[in-house]
Amino acid sequence: MNRTAPIADPAAVLARRNPVAKLAAAASFALALVISLDPVAPGIALAVELAAVPLFGIRYRALARRAWPLLVSVLGAVVTLFLFAADRQHILTDALALGLRIVAVALPGVLVFATTDPTDLADALVQNARLSPRFAIGTLAAWRLVPLLGQEWQLINAARRARGVDPGRNPAARLRLFASATFTLLVGAIRRGTRLASAMDARGFDSGAPRTSARRQRFTAVDAAFVAASTALAAGAVTVSVLTGAFHPVFS
Amino acid sequence: MSTVRLRGFGHRHAGRRRWAVRGVDLEIPHGERVALLGPSGAGKSTLLAALAGLLPPDSGEREGGIEIDGADPRDARAGTGIVFQDPQSQLVMERAGDDVAFGLENRGTPPDQIPALVDAALRRVGFPYGPRRSTGALSGGEQQRLALAGALVTRPGLLLLDEPTANLDPAGAALVRQVLAGIEDTTQIIVEHRIAELAGQLDRVIVLEPGGGIRADGPPEQVFAEHGDQLAADGVWVPGHPVPAHPARTTPGDTLLRTESLSYRPVLRDLDAVTVRAAEALAVLGPNGAGKSTLALLLGGLLAPTGGRVTATPELAGADHTTPPHKWRAPALARRIGSVFQNPEHQFVTAKVRDELALGAARPERTDELLQRLRLDALAEANPHTLSGGEQRRLSVATALAAAPRLLILDEPTFGQDRRTWAELVALLAQLRDEGHGVVAVTHDADFLTALNARELRLAAPPLAAV
Repeated sequence: MNRTAPIADPAAVLARRNPVAKLAAAASFALALVISLDPVAPGIALAVELAAVPLFGIRYRALARRAWPLLVSVLGAVVTLFLFAADRQHILTDALALGLRIVAVALPGVLVFATTDPTDLADALVQNARLSPRFAIGTLAAWRLVPLLGQEWQLINAARRARGVDPGRNPAARLRLFASATFTLLVGAIRRGTRLASAMDARGFDSGAPRTSARRQRFTAVDAAFVAASTALAAGAVTVSVLTGAFHPVFS
Repeated sequence: MSTVRLRGFGHRHAGRRRWAVRGVDLEIPHGERVALLGPSGAGKSTLLAALAGLLPPDSGEREGGIEIDGADPRDARAGTGIVFQDPQSQLVMERAGDDVAFGLENRGTPPDQIPALVDAALRRVGFPYGPRRSTGALSGGEQQRLALAGALVTRPGLLLLDEPTANLDPAGAALVRQVLAGIEDTTQIIVEHRIAELAGQLDRVIVLEPGGGIRADGPPEQVFAEHGDQLAADGVWVPGHPVPAHPARTTPGDTLLRTESLSYRPVLRDLDAVTVRAAEALAVLGPNGAGKSTLALLLGGLLAPTGGRVTATPELAGADHTTPPHKWRAPALARRIGSVFQNPEHQFVTAKVRDELALGAARPERTDELLQRLRLDALAEANPHTLSGGEQRRLSVATALAAAPRLLILDEPTFGQDRRTWAELVALLAQLRDEGHGVVAVTHDADFLTALNARELRLAAPPLAAV
């Protein structure tokens, strides 16, 4: 399954926002939540985020399908913390707070990438965030090659079986086989990356001449308002946590 | 329109002792269509890279002069376009129209002019879809036409083509040749192994000498008449030099494998029964996406079918014939069925050519013999990943043979091979067949099919819904 393809209705009011605005909004939530260790701020933030999901044109069911690995890993972290804690008294609230934080920080990222076309993101980063095209377009081009790596990995392992290489249950042999398959994968990836770089070079990429953009990305007043509102909500969540006395800063 | 001039030109890659290309004197007037030929290692690709301005001063040592319209190729890049062999690694963007626009953006073309130029370039190459078509959903031939549109959109005076059809099936290659024949106002320099089909649309053929300099230069008919035999021996696919045929010397033997209503969803559905026999070559044919490579993996015991079954006979598997090949342990599988993958690098496990052959070998003492037979003896200590394409192909076949399997399955074994490697491969496979081995090959190559006198298994095009 492709975990990066857009699953949203592109006409939804927040899905249509400029990609840079969406990144900024997600960053404001992340920043607010990493400075606090209590469960109140992430709880409020998560409620706000979940309420905003329909505005991104995403159905809750599609979101759950996309984000279930995240939920499983969070559950794992919470259970592990609880089982191995020396102090069972406070650990349950601490573990739950940690789980809430991870989900509340990660969910905006999931929303941004589920509603943003990679090409639009690269264009907006160059045009609205003044990022260098060398970085943004270069990363975009490399991103196109990522799905090939999955197919390649399957073929490499099938080829090893065809060669009669069978590590059995011996962990050292398994590790050796894994290392050699990884090496083959990397050799192929570097070859392909080098060829792509020459092809881009030959088409005048990064030649020093001023570059234009065929697709226009606009950062409008609505985008600015969206970033401002997100920042205010994130700040609000932290404020409530301070007022209720739950606030527990990282550096204290 | 561009005039190309070389005076005693040479280039040596950084860190190499040998010159990749040397002593080349050439003048190519504007509008001419030129093919650059020569055996592997004669420096054809290096020369193209130099003309494309892709060899910066720190890439190696240069001697003599190289000019496009009087300018250094690195300064003439805006007027040069190049198309490479592998379509996957030269498309930059996700949507077809965005990819064609890429070169225009890099040259600072005003955004309001871009859509019209992109549409014109897509029409020029006969691109059958709209500009929003995903580049990942195109066949190899369509991707290569898109790459051509991306090169042509900036109206280059010089178009360089580095084996543009080597990775394509015959239909895709024909599409690309058709586009090239229709380009009027551009100097074209093409490097290609399969020159026979292209000869009719060329003005001139230049043959590079591996040691340096030029061996032949003139109209195609003249060069092929005077140097055809030598070129064919060097591995160039010259027109009028048919490849030797290897009709079967024996009749097909016992059945080794059979399949029943085999499926691997969503690629293959309820395939009619297939029988693989000893002492017979079976060619699997069909359009892109028909599931040929998947069938090769299923027959090779490398993939578990989602429906139906693959059954080995006692002749192939002895007492193990009751379990399907995909459940055999790897060493047992390799002794019975050898698989050769499309990309040889996928198969290499060790750091030395000799170790590659010794791994899983049925008779290790025969390693040297196998090395010699496939002209790899001088490379026994080299790392497999550093070999040339033809050498890697020979090694991948040799490694599958080392375990002496009764059945050999190959996926596109002749793709992009020069004539010499091709002829060696075909002779080797014919010999295996006559010794009683089963040979199954997925192929697009009509010459291969004829030369091996292979039985044909044609897979149907995929249902439209699956595309």
